[in-house]
Amino acid sequence: MASITFDHVDKVFGDVHVLKDLNIDIPDQEFLVLVGPSGCGKSTALRCLAGLEEITGGQIMIGDRVVNNVAPKDRDIAMVFQSYALYPHMTVFDNMAFGLKLRKVPKPEIKRRVEEAAEMMAIGHLLDRKPRQLSGGQRQRVALGRAIVRDPAVFLMDEPLSNLEAKLRVQTRAEISKLHQRLKTTFIYVTHDQTEAMTMGSRIAVMRDGLLQQLDSPQTLYDHPVNKFVAGFIGSPSMNFIKGTLTKGDGRLFFDGGSFAVPIPNSRRAHIESHIGKEVELGVRPEDVHDAALLPPGINGDAVVETTVDVTEPMGSEIYAYLQSGQHSIIGRFDPRTSARPGQPIRAVYDMEKMHIFDIATEKALV
Amino acid sequence: MRIQRLVSRSFVHFAVIAIAFLWTLPTVGVLVSSFRPENDVKNSGWWNALKHPFEESVWTFKNYADVISANGLGEAFVNTLVVTIPATILPITVAAFAAYAFAWMKFPGRDWLFAMVIGLMVVPLQVALIPILRLYTQTGIAGTFLGLWLAHTGFGLPLAIYLLYNYISQLPGDLIESAKIDGASDFTVFMRIVLPLSTPAIASFAIFQFLWIWNDLLVSLVFLGTNKVLTVKLSELTGSLGNKWHLLTAGAFVSMIVPLAVFFALQRYFVRGLLAGSVKG
Repeated sequence: MASITFDHVDKVFGDVHVLKDLNIDIPDQEFLVLVGPSGCGKSTALRCLAGLEEITGGQIMIGDRVVNNVAPKDRDIAMVFQSYALYPHMTVFDNMAFGLKLRKVPKPEIKRRVEEAAEMMAIGHLLDRKPRQLSGGQRQRVALGRAIVRDPAVFLMDEPLSNLEAKLRVQTRAEISKLHQRLKTTFIYVTHDQTEAMTMGSRIAVMRDGLLQQLDSPQTLYDHPVNKFVAGFIGSPSMNFIKGTLTKGDGRLFFDGGSFAVPIPNSRRAHIESHIGKEVELGVRPEDVHDAALLPPGINGDAVVETTVDVTEPMGSEIYAYLQSGQHSIIGRFDPRTSARPGQPIRAVYDMEKMHIFDIATEKALV
Repeated sequence: MRIQRLVSRSFVHFAVIAIAFLWTLPTVGVLVSSFRPENDVKNSGWWNALKHPFEESVWTFKNYADVISANGLGEAFVNTLVVTIPATILPITVAAFAAYAFAWMKFPGRDWLFAMVIGLMVVPLQVALIPILRLYTQTGIAGTFLGLWLAHTGFGLPLAIYLLYNYISQLPGDLIESAKIDGASDFTVFMRIVLPLSTPAIASFAIFQFLWIWNDLLVSLVFLGTNKVLTVKLSELTGSLGNKWHLLTAGAFVSMIVPLAVFFALQRYFVRGLLAGSVKG
């Protein structure tokens, strides 16, 4: 059990600056998810923490110990790799016991701990097999079991689910969350999948090009993204972004998208007054775009947009409607009873209470 | 279409069989001659023995008995083993350690050092014979088995390091990193992870090196004094027994028997070794 601190960490590979002044404080027992598109530096951050890469500047602390120059084996960590990295020539038992043997743990103790971990991961019957005789899901469990056996202060996971098929991935996701609750240890989990990040993390760090964009709880990230990148990365389908200008008329504020103009509620105008007359970007999540005919109660229906339906994708519980208004493409998550049909016009309503406005130049969220 | 394919295919088959036949014919001749009595060898071609293959007077083991005991080929056989086995194990051991270091350890000048080692492959060993011999004479190991082992090790190392490096550097990095996190030092990673996983590459190079040393004449001739190996002994016999074909053929087969056995027993590693580095898996 240990807290972790990234303190002004820099990492440079040749002339590529992979991590730029990374600052993260991870309290003990937290499940932190590092998420971002490939090449954003999330894996590098994890590898630096594991000691597999040396950092160029700053310091990394595990507990209250600076580990910059500590070898991986002395950092009291366990890591689960995307490829599982099981030793192909050893049985499952030997794979799990390897770390303990190297640490000169007495044999009966090794046996007890391996069997305990194997039971926790439901792989007790596989202990005599070699990795090649296991399915992908079983290998993944062995990899997790191997990490548990060591009883480390920190668990590191580098995209451990990305080699599993979809259904197993969802199942294992829940199991890793359960494991975290049970072990009460610090978990750091790297993924490029925002769904995994949202469902598993107690906090999420969104990264891009080596820079930490935002570090918050999943709900805060979703509701209050600090910039356009975070807003677009978190949530599926992605948030709609529409370029336009802020205008004033009749004492009210409007967002003018060219093909439409929608009023901005007074409750949300405080931070955008300074941008009146300027070009900005409106962000609306697909679930905040409604079919005007099926408006849920409690939503002010005055932000109406006339659109044409391009494509519809029925999902069962809802329908994804790809709409066109002028040159803007908008996705809406409609009630399945909607009358939207490809090629037909339809009136859409934005829930402007939940809108976001981004500065064009800085991409920072204004509201 | 079908007939065309059949014709072209049978042509290929025919060509392959013809080439294989021509290629093995001399060896078969040597083998048959080595089992024929002296007079027969001198008076008629070896194929005559095949005309009456079941007559006892056509065949004899006497040539082998003579060549092994009277002409000292037996002793040479033992000498060859004494030379070949350490001269195979030594370079492989050194090369495996070196290949791991070049592939997975970070140290300053690594790439330069590796390029230099690989560069040594282009140096013909003949160039090195005299300088090494002078060095050996100064240090007093000229003419000893130790000297010959070291010479073979040196000449074999660049290729050994190169082949093993190709294989070891292709092992998944995650495995090595995982072992390091598990608590392994570089030495432990090498012994417990890399070495067991590299057996195919090590075996194939071992076969190469073994055959090459077994068949080597030049290096042994230069560095080994009175303890003669098979190849040296055989070349002497060619001089002294120039007209005793029955003994020469038997001697040739004594020297061939081990390489043949090694080749047939470990054929699949042999082919894999040729492909090492070019195709994965």
